[in-house]
Amino acid sequence: MREPTLFELSSPGRTGVTFPQADVPLFDLPDASLLREDLPLPELAEVDVVRHYMALSKYNYSVDGGFYPLGSCTMKYNPKINEDTCRLPGFVFTHPLQPIETAQGNLLLMYQMQEWLKEISGFAAVTLQPAAGAHGEFTGVLMMRAYHQARKDHKRVKMLIPDAAHGTNPASAGMMGFEVVTIPSDERGNVDLKALAAQCDDTVVGMMLTNPNTLGLFDENLQEVVRLVRDCGGLMYADGANLNALLGIVRPGDLGFDVMHFNLHKTFAVPHGGGGPGSGPVGVSERLADFLPTPLVGILEEANEDVPPLYGFITPPQSIGRMKAFHGHFGGGVVRAYTYIAMHGAEGLKDVSQYAVLNANYLKARLQKTYKVPFDRICMHEFVMEGRFEGTDIRALDISKRLMDYGYHPPTNYFPLIVHEALMIEPTETENKDTLDSFADALLKIAEEAHSNPQIIKTAPHNTPFGRMDEVKAARELVLCCWLPEDYDTSQ
Amino acid sequence: MTYIPISPQERDAMLAEIGVNSLDALFQAIPAEHRFPSLKLPAALTEMEAASLLDEIAKSNENLRGDLISFLGAGMYNHYTPAVVDHVLRRGEFYTAYTPYQPEISQGTLQGIFEYQSLMTALTGMELSNASHYDGATAAAEAVNMAFANFRGKRRKILVSGAVHPQYREVIRTYTQGMDLTLTGDQPQADLPQDLLPLIDADTALVIVQYPDFFGRVFDYTGLIETAHSQGTLVCVVTNPTALALLQTPGTMGADIVVGEGQPLGLPMWYGGPSLGFFTTRKQYVHKMAGRLVGETVDSRGEKAYVLTLTAREQHIKREKATSNICSNQGLLALASAVYLSVVGKSGLKQVANLCYQKAHYAAQQLSQIAGVSLLFGQPFFHEFVVRLPKPVAEVNEHLLEHGIVGGYDLGKDYPGMENDMLVAVTEMNTKEEIDMLVEVVQEVLDA
Ligand SMILES: Cc1ncc(COP(=O)(O)O)c(C=O)c1O
Repeated sequence: MREPTLFELSSPGRTGVTFPQADVPLFDLPDASLLREDLPLPELAEVDVVRHYMALSKYNYSVDGGFYPLGSCTMKYNPKINEDTCRLPGFVFTHPLQPIETAQGNLLLMYQMQEWLKEISGFAAVTLQPAAGAHGEFTGVLMMRAYHQARKDHKRVKMLIPDAAHGTNPASAGMMGFEVVTIPSDERGNVDLKALAAQCDDTVVGMMLTNPNTLGLFDENLQEVVRLVRDCGGLMYADGANLNALLGIVRPGDLGFDVMHFNLHKTFAVPHGGGGPGSGPVGVSERLADFLPTPLVGILEEANEDVPPLYGFITPPQSIGRMKAFHGHFGGGVVRAYTYIAMHGAEGLKDVSQYAVLNANYLKARLQKTYKVPFDRICMHEFVMEGRFEGTDIRALDISKRLMDYGYHPPTNYFPLIVHEALMIEPTETENKDTLDSFADALLKIAEEAHSNPQIIKTAPHNTPFGRMDEVKAARELVLCCWLPEDYDTSQ
Repeated sequence: MTYIPISPQERDAMLAEIGVNSLDALFQAIPAEHRFPSLKLPAALTEMEAASLLDEIAKSNENLRGDLISFLGAGMYNHYTPAVVDHVLRRGEFYTAYTPYQPEISQGTLQGIFEYQSLMTALTGMELSNASHYDGATAAAEAVNMAFANFRGKRRKILVSGAVHPQYREVIRTYTQGMDLTLTGDQPQADLPQDLLPLIDADTALVIVQYPDFFGRVFDYTGLIETAHSQGTLVCVVTNPTALALLQTPGTMGADIVVGEGQPLGLPMWYGGPSLGFFTTRKQYVHKMAGRLVGETVDSRGEKAYVLTLTAREQHIKREKATSNICSNQGLLALASAVYLSVVGKSGLKQVANLCYQKAHYAAQQLSQIAGVSLLFGQPFFHEFVVRLPKPVAEVNEHLLEHGIVGGYDLGKDYPGMENDMLVAVTEMNTKEEIDMLVEVVQEVLDA
């Protein structure tokens, strides 16, 4: 069943792609002490490589292959045209440091993207630089710190974060050395206002809020939450991972947030690539705009009758600095998302969110008589239910593995942490009713099996190329590569 | 145009099942005064229109594969990518999957990353690699975090050579501004390894150098690393993976952490990203390092297989105590670099490195024969070198561009006093004819 590794497939003397002979006179190599002796890379022919990766690809579940309702991840269909536009030679073969006069296409596209994201989110300014959601969070947290520092308000050290938050929120605040204060949720799944009020004082940096939250619920007291935090001098951070619920529905900037990261790899259909790359632009309100990372794209010379404007890079006056080398995830991130937005327009984006919410509520309606949905109200683009049944020891993980036998990727497991045996389901707008129905049927069938044949769930998956993994062995033995330096002492 | 596969009849049936009578009724929780804003965006395009709009935008750039000849590097390089690489990346099974949280149905991604980790250790001479960081600069910043955590914050100095890429140093400054530590070195000057020695002390957590350095110079850092180790200080080497096909590995020199930009390994320049940050280190630091790791194990059927491992270091478990907040990384581009390394293989990568070396040395020799032009440094170099010109680089580059040539990087932008110094990069993509043309035009500008 298993495909050998590249190193196992390698055979000395085989070659893949070769390169031309040098067309210049030859020079001596540096002193031998500066040269390596061996280059232990695999030796394979091109066909070996293609067959290897074809074999590996067949072991993967993917959006192109089927329904992937992984909550919080927005696994929507990735339009094929975006794969073509991001590979246009004008984008692929441009160097980040080439003269701006020769890269006006890229700069225009980035400028328009900044403008579009501002319009969609209601923020005053946008940077495209952050590489992913978590990187955007860190960018935002740095700006929040810089804002308070610039006001000589040095006692602010507390970051308020709801208990339902994604792990990257506290981790981003932790990277800044802030003290993370966890705010509980109330019985309707909203931020607990009393608990929040008790923490709101002049040591608050701000609050990091995901809205709709990770239960898929729009906070019913949002305006009160924002008021409490702002009144004590704190800033509001929005985790934009759930923006797929809000396009043309409401703009976070209008709700009083100061800063938000976008996940272009969720909301705007940039493919997830088996783990990345993502793209995490950040929008900010007026009062944080001067702290944005450098560089932004701006107009250096206004257009006149005969010439278009000259686009180039600008540095905000109190910039926190640079978040990564060069200008962000332009090609694989921004170009794909630009194509997507250009094809949707305002109405299309609103449809996206409306149908994402429709699909989630439809699935919830079909399942909630059988599975417990802890906070029962209209959800947004996703919902969380409990993966357990009275009188059985079936857990969310078991249900997930069994779903694979029915041909589905499981929902997100064990997140958010505040729901027992959480199964977080995000269908997205790109699934049809038939798919949703068959998925619901499979979950209802599993609920029956939980009583009639629990063993088949406990030992699932059965129909996949691999069975459950021995995770303990992996962590204990720590075999992290199939090749080790010769002088490496394995007894360590 | 949208990608919503639901008919109006189906929509109505679904609304009925939910128990509401319109799509708008699903949004009652949104504050009414802000609900349904009308967004001012251009009218939606069909696929055909979008394709032509993007084509037009892309064509309004001048690219480095046909429009212009380029000698620009400085952290991103114009290399040849074999066709196979993109054919593999275009498999929907790879690019439309998420992070492999469910290993039973993600072995393609998991084995792909495991092999990537293996290839990176082979290249760098290190013991383990993580699954990637955003880019070379952020990987270097994560090295700082790791070293800081390694000493539990007790060592408060990070020493960065001025010959590390200026943008990498900027990113390190950004990342560390909330941390209680001092960056030493980090001056805009072409530091030599020996310049750093007196700055290493018992409070220094980490020394960061680059190999070849930003100016293209190749140093053997063994002595520097020994000195650092004698103080208990860790050393991070930022490196170029193509150069490692030829040069001694930082692992052999004793480096504790080796990071870098993986873009030269078959990845597009894409105007700067997304690219690939690689991060390798020694096994003793495995619990301190950030990022995802894939480890080997067996499944319930006794088959060898792979899983994400040591996840207890990561944000979703450790939350504010995590080693880093990284979640999404550069998965698909790590896969791309692995496909590249497997298809060029041992002999192909050596050929690429050798071509870069030979052509760069030819260019250096030819340029330095122009009256008034000299090589600024005497050290060995790989595919990038500095020439001192009798005129500002900005002026020379402007003239070169008129001839369709993108000249080397203007070092005066980052290093005061180096306005006449050009960092020239030459790869396997540059023909002798192009190099001769560069030399000819430089000669012409200087004669003018
Ligand atoms: C709610 C939430 N916040 C933040 C993130 C982090 O985003 P990224 O993986 O792009 O860093 C995620 C990603 O899964 C998320 O679901």
